[in-house]
Amino acid sequence: MLDVKNICKTFNPGTVNEKTALRGVSLHLDDGDFVTVIGGNGAGKSTLLNAVAGVWPVDAGSISIGGTDVTHLPEHKRAKHIGRVFQDPMMGTAATMQIEENMALAARRGRRRTLRAGITKDERDHYRELLKILDLGLEDRLTSKVGLLSGGQRQALTLLMATLQKPQLLLLDEHTAALDPKTAAKVLDATERIVQKDRLTTLMITHNMKDAIVHGNRLIMMYEGNVALDISGEDKKKLTVEQLLAKFGQATGSDEADDKLLLG
Amino acid sequence: MTFLISLLNSMPGATAQGLAWGIMAIGVYITYKILDIADLTVDGSIGTGAAVCVLLTINGVPVWIAMLCAVLAGLLAGLVTGLLHTACGIPAILSGILTQLALYSVNLRIMGWGTDTGKSNLPVSVDKYHLLVSARYVRSAALNNPLIPLAIFVALVIALLYWFFGTELGCSLRATGANGNMARAQGINTNRCKVLGLMVSNGLVALSGALLAQYQGFSDVNMGRGAIVIGLAAVIIGEVLFSKVFRNFALKLLACAIGAVIYYVVIQVVLRLGLSTDDLKLLTALVVAVFLAVPYWKGRYFAKKVMPAQKGGQANA
Repeated sequence: MLDVKNICKTFNPGTVNEKTALRGVSLHLDDGDFVTVIGGNGAGKSTLLNAVAGVWPVDAGSISIGGTDVTHLPEHKRAKHIGRVFQDPMMGTAATMQIEENMALAARRGRRRTLRAGITKDERDHYRELLKILDLGLEDRLTSKVGLLSGGQRQALTLLMATLQKPQLLLLDEHTAALDPKTAAKVLDATERIVQKDRLTTLMITHNMKDAIVHGNRLIMMYEGNVALDISGEDKKKLTVEQLLAKFGQATGSDEADDKLLLG
Repeated sequence: MTFLISLLNSMPGATAQGLAWGIMAIGVYITYKILDIADLTVDGSIGTGAAVCVLLTINGVPVWIAMLCAVLAGLLAGLVTGLLHTACGIPAILSGILTQLALYSVNLRIMGWGTDTGKSNLPVSVDKYHLLVSARYVRSAALNNPLIPLAIFVALVIALLYWFFGTELGCSLRATGANGNMARAQGINTNRCKVLGLMVSNGLVALSGALLAQYQGFSDVNMGRGAIVIGLAAVIIGEVLFSKVFRNFALKLLACAIGAVIYYVVIQVVLRLGLSTDDLKLLTALVVAVFLAVPYWKGRYFAKKVMPAQKGGQANA
């Protein structure tokens, strides 16, 4: 489904702020894979997701989604294939627009936007039903401005929007990191349900090792701009946090995993 | 008493001017409020609209077609600014300034069409040509009173924009201004939306210029000087006075037009109280500066406790 081959990315090349974030990352996801991604600050997790999403062009390598080479496609064209939820709850929704308007925008992802009505009555009813599933009371607030919602509500809504049109690939960039533990658990729960229901191919970054172990069928750990660990199948099911730390130490010869990763 | 009567006598004129500038203010609203871009092109494109309309009219083109061409010229001006910004990567505000500067020469050339040099002023007399609006009839109680067509134009523009911003395309424009990241993630070409928004805005501004030129009986290369500030003043006055009662989008646009009318009414009052016309722009700039600063001060000095910053690297990491 997703094929990332040898991608490299250096930010601010030739300046004092030069930072090589990706050093030839390759990654292949099968259809229906739910991969969790962990790694310390600056390991390249978010950079990897942004490279796939096309936020900026990569320096080298290629990316293809569902057999389509998207390496040179701009962000808005890749959006046809990709649903995204960001770490910052403010980033995934338009605060000054209504809940239903946000959803209507998401429902048209990857389609030509014409002079037809931006939202229809049938859609409204459909959105109300979908919001009921979230169980956050949003179904009665379709015309509320999204800016009035809490961070958790906004993330849940963004998640719903990202999957409104079944994406070929779902990218979740620490989407629960900015939420309080209770809300985070709720949003993560909704994530699991939605991903399972539509068997979505998913890449989920998390700073929480337990979450990374519990969710998904495969786990990768990034370190210094590359994939350091890749665990799937039975190994992944039996994995514990201690094992993960030990494996990481072996793979990289580093013990920085302990504090940096656990503290997130 | 004489003061009051003379003030009252000046009200129809102030209202007419306000309505014509109201269309311009609605154009500014699109860029400033919806797209979140301060577009300075308008200082030039209002004159372009005026120049094109007058030139074509005095060359025998029906005034409707002349106005349509004025709008097209405005769209073109917006396109230039949009391309400077999106295709050339120039900051929006500078793109607008560049186009505005270029339009100064363009406007001189348009008005000097058929001669070797530019012209800074081009008269169009209501006696000779069929104009849609003219200041001459502003106090007449007949159908040729310019207030009627001007009000109809404002209503039409609002209706058209209300429909447009409810369409898929219009919604994507709003999303572009509200949150570009979100818009791109939903597959919206934000650059194209910005260009489109700038075009629509400047088309309206040029329409306003075309109406103003007919109303005052000439187009002038300097008529757009400080137009952006007048537009902003109208937008801000409308917002301050009506934001609590006008929630609907169409009403918000109407608030811009009313804001422009109020602006010209207030100008008439202060002029008649003895302010020199020379000091008008200073006063306008001051008023706009204060109204722009007040929300900032409010946020800064009367804010509730702020949330601590969130964990994470650079904004795009």
